[in-house]
Amino acid sequence: MNPEIKSYFPILNQEINGHPLVYLDSAATSQKPTPVIEALKEYYEFDNSNVHRGVHTLGNRATEKYEGAREKVQQFIKANSTQEIVFLRGTTTAINLVAQSYGRANVEEGDEIVITYMEHHSNIIPWQQLAKERGAVLKYIELEEDGTISLENVRAAITDRTKIVSMVYVSNVLGTMNPVKEVAKIAHEHGAVMMVDGAQAAPHLKIDVQDLDCDFFAFSGHKMVGPTGIGVLYGKKHLLEAMEPVEFGGEMIDFVGLYDSTWKELPWKFEGGTPIIAGAVGLAAAIDFLQNIGLDEIEKHEHHMAAMAMDKMSKIEGLDIYGPTDPAKRAGIVTFNLKEVHPHDVATVLDMSGIAVRAGHHCAQPLMKWLDVTATARASFYLYNDESDIDRLVEGLRSAKEYFSDVF
Amino acid sequence: MSFNNLDQLYRQVIMDHYKTPRNKGTLEEDSVNIEMNNPTCGDRIQLTLQVEDGIVKDAKFDGEGCSISMASASMMTQAVKGKDVDSALKMSEIFSDMMLGKEYDDSVDLGDIEALQGVSKFPARIKCATLAWKAMEKGVHEEEKS
Repeated sequence: MNPEIKSYFPILNQEINGHPLVYLDSAATSQKPTPVIEALKEYYEFDNSNVHRGVHTLGNRATEKYEGAREKVQQFIKANSTQEIVFLRGTTTAINLVAQSYGRANVEEGDEIVITYMEHHSNIIPWQQLAKERGAVLKYIELEEDGTISLENVRAAITDRTKIVSMVYVSNVLGTMNPVKEVAKIAHEHGAVMMVDGAQAAPHLKIDVQDLDCDFFAFSGHKMVGPTGIGVLYGKKHLLEAMEPVEFGGEMIDFVGLYDSTWKELPWKFEGGTPIIAGAVGLAAAIDFLQNIGLDEIEKHEHHMAAMAMDKMSKIEGLDIYGPTDPAKRAGIVTFNLKEVHPHDVATVLDMSGIAVRAGHHCAQPLMKWLDVTATARASFYLYNDESDIDRLVEGLRSAKEYFSDVF
Repeated sequence: MSFNNLDQLYRQVIMDHYKTPRNKGTLEEDSVNIEMNNPTCGDRIQLTLQVEDGIVKDAKFDGEGCSISMASASMMTQAVKGKDVDSALKMSEIFSDMMLGKEYDDSVDLGDIEALQGVSKFPARIKCATLAWKAMEKGVHEEEKS
């Protein structure tokens, strides 16, 4: 990876607690490069207007930029048409939309919804709520000991009563890359639809929704060097067409009568209210930035970072790493615990050395239970991290260990 | 690497409470049972209080969490045991002021709790320290209602 990439991220050029910042929390949110910040600035300084209404020039420019972003996303994930790209607030909103719209219309009492133990809360609770409401059964696919998913367990969980299978592509805790293409095939054999939570995948891998043959795919802009507040729901056209909107109001209507109304065509019927115009513009700039570097290059870099981090971290005595031991099976996420030191304490000591990591349950309480821990620390790497960041982390961890062995 | 500022946070007495917590466990009979967690980080505390005639006769805690949350729970149980309910609540108020970096009433002897003062300089850790006190307040109010 080109070492100059770091210089595109102004935020990284600062000191935290007297040390140069090492940002290792990109799985929570990524930092933003200058071209994305500039795109937002330019949009607000020159083009800002509401979209799809009005005759004036700014209105046209804003609409062109907003719909241009949709085309960009369509190409980015290789969707068949822009009608399959719905702009929403983020992955959480996208999964909720599918649960509330597709789920309510298609899941009946006794039907099954299948997820896994490694889901983020955003891919658990919408299904819990749906299952409770419809009297359906929520089933969890068991994990293998190394935190991967076997297709045998997938086959065992999915039955002819299964209506929806929803699974994370890349785990935000274990870094595991799941075989979602194969799972989609199994789901389809039983007549179920397949939803993929792509929040941790879209920033790091080439996505091809047609090759995966998933029915729904969700991701967020802010984890892929884009702004917060913009996300995408991809859905196969025939499914989205049959679905009812869940938010009603301006922008999504075709004709409004006193007692009844009709909806716009896809994808706008799901985008009630003034849409997230600047967010979409920023997301388009983010996609350009990632594609200029190359998603293949980014993925390679992350495997390399994960391998190096695991190698160097595992030399620290008393440090446990969770998830697949084979770096080829995981993205640039390394979750760990230091014996006898609580992850919050680890994170505080690292912060005093300018190193930002996440500590806690990572919005995955069922997975923490499966791991039999209450909390963990997590270092996540992205395109702007390099070997020196890993060295700083390892040095920080050694200091934390030393510090706590002294106070004990 | 030197961690002078960390020493403000991890004072010896705090680590002592973390390592050998006082009043660890659960009370059996006639006690109020409060479970509380910190949803952002997973810290969890179970507090049992025995309150009779307006006096906190006994207090025990159990739970999982970082050094600050567990040490604070240990100190809290030690501090409120034997106190009347009003004094316990007053102490909680003082503690809360201390965490927020406000001026606090120093006429009350805080004992070991004073060591937690450094937490106020670490905003991300304040919730760790206040969890047990919040549980105590809730328990006392529940007891009053019944």
